[in-house]
Amino acid sequence: MSLDIALILSVDGLAAAAIYLLAGLGLVLVFSVTRVIFVPFGDIAVFSALTLAFLEAGRTPPTIALVAILAGLTTAKECWQLIRQRNLSRLPRILLAWGALPLIPCIPAVLAAGRDLPPAVAVAISLGLVLPIVPLLARLVYQPIADASVLVLLIASLVLHFLLSGLGLLFFGPEGFRTQPLLRGGINLAPGLFVSLQVVLMIATALLLALLFFLAFEKTLTGKALRATAINRTGARLVGIRPSMTATLTFGATSLLAGVVGILIAPATTMYYDSGLIIGLKAFVAAIIGGLGSYPLTALGAVAVGLVESFASFWNGAMKDVIVFSLLIPALLVRSHYSSHSDDGAEEEV
Amino acid sequence: MGRARRLPLWIPALAAAMAALPFMAGSFTISLVNEIGMAALVVMGLVLLSGIGGVTSFGHAAFVGIAAYTTAWVNTELGLSPWIGLVLALAMTAGSALVIGALTLRLGGHYLPLSTIAWGLSVPLLFGNMTMLGRHSGISDIDPIALGGFDLMRPEFVFYLVWVLVAVTALFCHNLLNARMGRLIRAVRGGKILLASVGADIFRVRLALFVFSALTAAVAGWLYAHANRFVSPAPFSLHASIDYMFMMVVGGLGQLAGALAGATIVIAMKSALQDVLPLVTQHAAQIQSVVFASLFILLLHHARGGFMALAERFMQAGPAHGKAIEFPVEPLARRAMPERGTLLLSVENAVKRFKGLVAVNDVSFDVKAGEILAVIGPNGAGKSTMFNLLTGALDLSSGHVEFMGRDVTAMGQRQIALMGMARTFQHVKLRPQMNVLENVALGAHARGNCGYLRGGLNLDGDEERQIMAEAALQISRIGLAGQEHELAGNIPLGTQRLIEIGRALAADPVLMILDEPAAGLRKPEKQALAELLLKLRESGVTIMIVEHDMDFIMKLADRLVVMNFGHKLFEGRPEAARADQHVRAAYLGNAA
Repeated sequence: MSLDIALILSVDGLAAAAIYLLAGLGLVLVFSVTRVIFVPFGDIAVFSALTLAFLEAGRTPPTIALVAILAGLTTAKECWQLIRQRNLSRLPRILLAWGALPLIPCIPAVLAAGRDLPPAVAVAISLGLVLPIVPLLARLVYQPIADASVLVLLIASLVLHFLLSGLGLLFFGPEGFRTQPLLRGGINLAPGLFVSLQVVLMIATALLLALLFFLAFEKTLTGKALRATAINRTGARLVGIRPSMTATLTFGATSLLAGVVGILIAPATTMYYDSGLIIGLKAFVAAIIGGLGSYPLTALGAVAVGLVESFASFWNGAMKDVIVFSLLIPALLVRSHYSSHSDDGAEEEV
Repeated sequence: MGRARRLPLWIPALAAAMAALPFMAGSFTISLVNEIGMAALVVMGLVLLSGIGGVTSFGHAAFVGIAAYTTAWVNTELGLSPWIGLVLALAMTAGSALVIGALTLRLGGHYLPLSTIAWGLSVPLLFGNMTMLGRHSGISDIDPIALGGFDLMRPEFVFYLVWVLVAVTALFCHNLLNARMGRLIRAVRGGKILLASVGADIFRVRLALFVFSALTAAVAGWLYAHANRFVSPAPFSLHASIDYMFMMVVGGLGQLAGALAGATIVIAMKSALQDVLPLVTQHAAQIQSVVFASLFILLLHHARGGFMALAERFMQAGPAHGKAIEFPVEPLARRAMPERGTLLLSVENAVKRFKGLVAVNDVSFDVKAGEILAVIGPNGAGKSTMFNLLTGALDLSSGHVEFMGRDVTAMGQRQIALMGMARTFQHVKLRPQMNVLENVALGAHARGNCGYLRGGLNLDGDEERQIMAEAALQISRIGLAGQEHELAGNIPLGTQRLIEIGRALAADPVLMILDEPAAGLRKPEKQALAELLLKLRESGVTIMIVEHDMDFIMKLADRLVVMNFGHKLFEGRPEAARADQHVRAAYLGNAA
């Protein structure tokens, strides 16, 4: 392999790393605050990519219907709970929070569908539409078992992935889509090394978001509340942090991250309804390198996964996924060696 | 009554109905029932591994696939008979499971199930990308299984083979669970420390369990390849693995019969949905997976116990494990006790640091054979840490421990336990889902030899009777005769400590290490415990004890070691301890 090829592969790898960085951050965030291993992250990214593709093609994105159905289900479930508790005074708030609020991003989407939209508007609409999906799903699927073991939550996550890819097929159909690049052209970094602006955009966005993420976590009160919940749920509750509130916030942030991932990846790869699992699981390899807890190590992990994938696809395109997943084994072994598990907590019950 | 309990009535009834089925049902139904049988084989292994052993696997379809592809390949490429294919498929699967298990089974917490996703996804990807395995189009024209010169082409013939294998596997698993290794399997969940304290290695148990469950999956894979005569990557995907897990949860996690129930319910429902959905919608296939996933989530929310939990509510009979105790039997062989008064255990300059905190600081003392040595001291003095150092549950930061003339400083818990050191725990470690008899019998684990095969084939009768008789004997010694079949989890905490003593006794120990055995006992119970300990001393057992009840200790102990803030304050006769200024200061404060 010549140096030129190595450089090109590295750039490709870094572009992929940007994706895994954002996804990895989302996974670590969700796990540390809620103990949910959020396997369906990639599915949400797929939803956002396909939504953008539908808007570009001048079609009404089926995401609107999906959000409406989820909001309807969640509201029904919440209302049913209130009725069983005979606590009807909270009904208006519930209707507003779970019934009306998630539908707000649907309004611009309905209005804009079928028109010729500037790319920025289409992206904004797509992100808005995806935003309520994870909080709604989390309320429906995870909240009733919020106190169950990590393992039960993990099983629920895997099942949720299959549910979402089933819904993806139902709503978006089996065809794959690739969206227009947001930026065209590129720069010549060196002779023979042409970097497209889209790649620059991917990397820059990832770095910027990671930085924002860091600042929000370190500097704001809400960020501190999330960190407190991550460190000790009971303790956070004792000082007045509502776990369900922090969970909803976390899932909202995750939705947004997944949305951005979808938007960034859609021009680079053809997205199908079931492309999500592989994206999510590769980000997992990065997150596990970070021990599902450390953001900087997750970032390093993302770079490693991106580069390994890019070089592996050069040597053997068909096997690249297998090669990336086998990275997991050494990562897990190292992790498991250094993390001390208490004897009693190590094996949990389903 | 023999050692196997009377068969529940439904088993022969079900067997008779199954035998008659091919004469009554059509080919389609038979194929469906075959499919259920193959799935049940996989789920049975999964019940043992995940439901009972607590090792969650999201990748078992990969093992089905490895076996199916192995037999398919040797059959089509090398022209070998399916029966040779079976042997090779089992060997290949066991080998893969051994490698995967050796790499991953030491992983703790949620890392282990996450790693199963990695190989559960990678293995089918490999199938789909290997040219020799036909890539995504798979391998076709596999021979049917031939039996006595005639081909099992039609589902009716495969039917008997499938279900005989299901029955044999179920019987094997049932026997195994009630045998010596089965007790370990059922005790795996909850951690390695208890297992190590009875001389068993949790990693080996998990690895054996993992390989066993891969083998039941391999049998299913072999049947699948030759019954369908075609293999491709799709039926072995992660999705399929999750389906097996779904079946397990539907059936009821911890129970063998649940595997059958779960496989039946899920596959029948799938088939019913395939019939009904196309009538209402044109997106039947897509909706089916959505419906299934939704049902699974609802199940996780509302009925994690699955079908067997429901069934038990009606039958009101919990799983009664363990066999009837029969007397008289030849008792298990006993160890020779060291001569009274000789040096049994010596601790030299033991230090244990937890980062900045020095929990045990330069402590030395000796224990003589046949004495009762009490370690006392205020809370946080380092007594339990000391016990954990002696038993090998913690490593010393520096210093030496010698037991029965051998340096045990660097030895693991398990080896030390095998040398004859038995212990109880400050935080009781029993297996609440097992009964008192079985919990005590765990203690005698290292005194038996019967492994998985003899257990599963029911060839361990004599030894099992000996172990059970030993356990029953120890239970009567701790005063719990008549409560053998109560679940340990339903026993009050104080009495649970007694059960731990019974378990330690069942190991026929040279040295018993008791961490607060009298906590939570009422006065007459303490009295009885003291008498028991004195009797044990007479029989030559050496006892080390941590206890806060001074009355109890002063009457019992030959010598005391008093600890405070990790230091040894005093060593000597109880009366002398009472008079010692330092000991008084530690307990009552300097003002006293």
